[in-house]
Amino acid sequence: MSSNTLASGGPVPSVGRDRRPGRKLPAKQLLGLAGIVGFLATWELIPRLGLIDERFLPPASEVILALGRDFGLTAFWLSVGETMVAWFLGLIIAVALAVLLGFIIGSSDFLRRATNSTVEFLRPIPSVALIPLAVLLFGVKIESSLMLITYAAFWQVLIQVLYGVADVDMVANNTAKTYGLGRMARIRYVVFPTALPYLMTGVRLAATVALVLAITAELVIGSPGLGREIALAQSGGAISGMYALVLATGLIGVLINALMRLIEKKTLSWHSSVRSEVIV
Amino acid sequence: MQPDPTPEAMLSVRGLKKVYQTDGGDIEAVRNLTFDLRAGELVCLVGPSGSGKTTLLKCISGLMAPTEGEVLLDGKRVSGPPKKMAVVFQEYGRSLFPWMRVRDNVELPLKNQGVPKAERDKLVDEALEAVGLAHVPRSYPWQLSGGMQQRVAIARAIAYQPEVLLMDEPFAAVDAQTRADLEDLIRTIWKKFGVTVLFVTHDIDESVYLGERVIILSSSPTVVQEDIVIDLPVDRDQLETRSLPRFTELRHHVYEQIQLAKKGHRPAAAGSPADSTAGSAAG
Ligand SMILES: Nc1ncnc2c1ncn2[C@@H]1O[C@H](COP(=O)(O)OP(=O)(O)O)[C@@H](O)[C@H]1O
Ligand SMILES: [Mg+2]
Repeated sequence: MSSNTLASGGPVPSVGRDRRPGRKLPAKQLLGLAGIVGFLATWELIPRLGLIDERFLPPASEVILALGRDFGLTAFWLSVGETMVAWFLGLIIAVALAVLLGFIIGSSDFLRRATNSTVEFLRPIPSVALIPLAVLLFGVKIESSLMLITYAAFWQVLIQVLYGVADVDMVANNTAKTYGLGRMARIRYVVFPTALPYLMTGVRLAATVALVLAITAELVIGSPGLGREIALAQSGGAISGMYALVLATGLIGVLINALMRLIEKKTLSWHSSVRSEVIV
Repeated sequence: MQPDPTPEAMLSVRGLKKVYQTDGGDIEAVRNLTFDLRAGELVCLVGPSGSGKTTLLKCISGLMAPTEGEVLLDGKRVSGPPKKMAVVFQEYGRSLFPWMRVRDNVELPLKNQGVPKAERDKLVDEALEAVGLAHVPRSYPWQLSGGMQQRVAIARAIAYQPEVLLMDEPFAAVDAQTRADLEDLIRTIWKKFGVTVLFVTHDIDESVYLGERVIILSSSPTVVQEDIVIDLPVDRDQLETRSLPRFTELRHHVYEQIQLAKKGHRPAAAGSPADSTAGSAAG
């Protein structure tokens, strides 16, 4: 990318060449790997040594085998699909609503002040407190999950967008005005890019929250998806299977986070939290 | 009360007053300013910090309504940002958009106006060439030095093809060497594009070196202290011009006026500097 050409074009300090930090696995990653291995080893040993009954905590190897078996099952992937559809739809609806409302409220001092206390009141309501209402309204269908996911994810994004819109630089805005950019043009070329890093943070946080709520809804309400499978496995006594599914949700969470970070990096290459060093 | 603007005035500031209303009470940033710029003139406006220079430019560029008085551009009253005007701000780092590459920054105002692509490209190339930045169009502003960033801001202003160019202490934050280069760049651009320039600065040397005319502001409450013609050769050179006896004289004069203003001495006819212009022009 040409944005990096300039930065990397500068003189390379000769000391840095010998150490070649990129070649060997960096110490940080090695440590991370050791941590995981240690964790799995401990998990394996605890039931094997009889510290905890295998009926409640099967050894790691057994759970990983069960997960491997799941990977071969269509039913497993269908459940994953159901969870991901609810997650994705809920997230999209929440982001769309939050961006729209955030930009409208954020660009008017009056609306900002008028909505402030309402936002502060509604935001802390835990989404799970709405489960009875969701069941009442939609029963055991995906709409129930969507309602909970959307509610929880919406606030994460809205708050960030409001901060982002408020962060618009006066000089940048005045510059745009003097060059004849109207309201809409300023939103597009000044306000939106300013709010984008905030929006991306909001979406990343919302993506994680949305997954939590997707699983919760399936688990508690019984709408289709991984959460319901976890509950079914538990009641059917398939304890290794239950752990395997829990592990699967964890993996999805890790993947979602990595994906969001990647998108953030790609869209915000210019932003100071991501961009390479400034040369003067 | 206000004298009529001279008929050929490009930019005309009439009895301008600006009072900021704040929670802590009213702040009178500008008391009464009246002056004209003829088309194609390069005028420096010099005044101490806090004398209301930025306030004045915001009123001229239509970002802010004056409390009293008016600004006329080509005879028409300014009520919002006029199309024929470009502003270069002191804070280049905040004035350029960090999410756009250099070229896109320069191009944006033209794109927004719906200038066709081919013409846009030509204007942007020409402007980047004129400020000596034809080689970095794909860099981001923050990858450039301060002086280069201000060049980008200047390029954006020229590409916009304004009739009036306002500059608010554009070189206050760059080092001395870069500053000298940029000063010469302004003179070159002024001659090449025939634009009317109002250059605001707190630096006395800079105002005398750059301007064809210098308007001296008093300290707050702000009025025009004096309006003098700089009768130095049109072709200026950092070493030669600055060592001319006339340069030293003019610099002394401006300095004295600012000192007088600080002591509270006000010109006899505040707000009608036409006499002093005529007087100095003769001298
Ligand atoms: N937005 C504002 N609200 C209240 N007072 C202001 C505002 N902007 C400037 N001032 C005051 O007006 C005076 C002139 O400021 P300014 O125009 O920035 O002067 P200069 O550019 O010459 O340094 C100062 O006393 C400053 O504190
Ligand atoms: Mg200022």
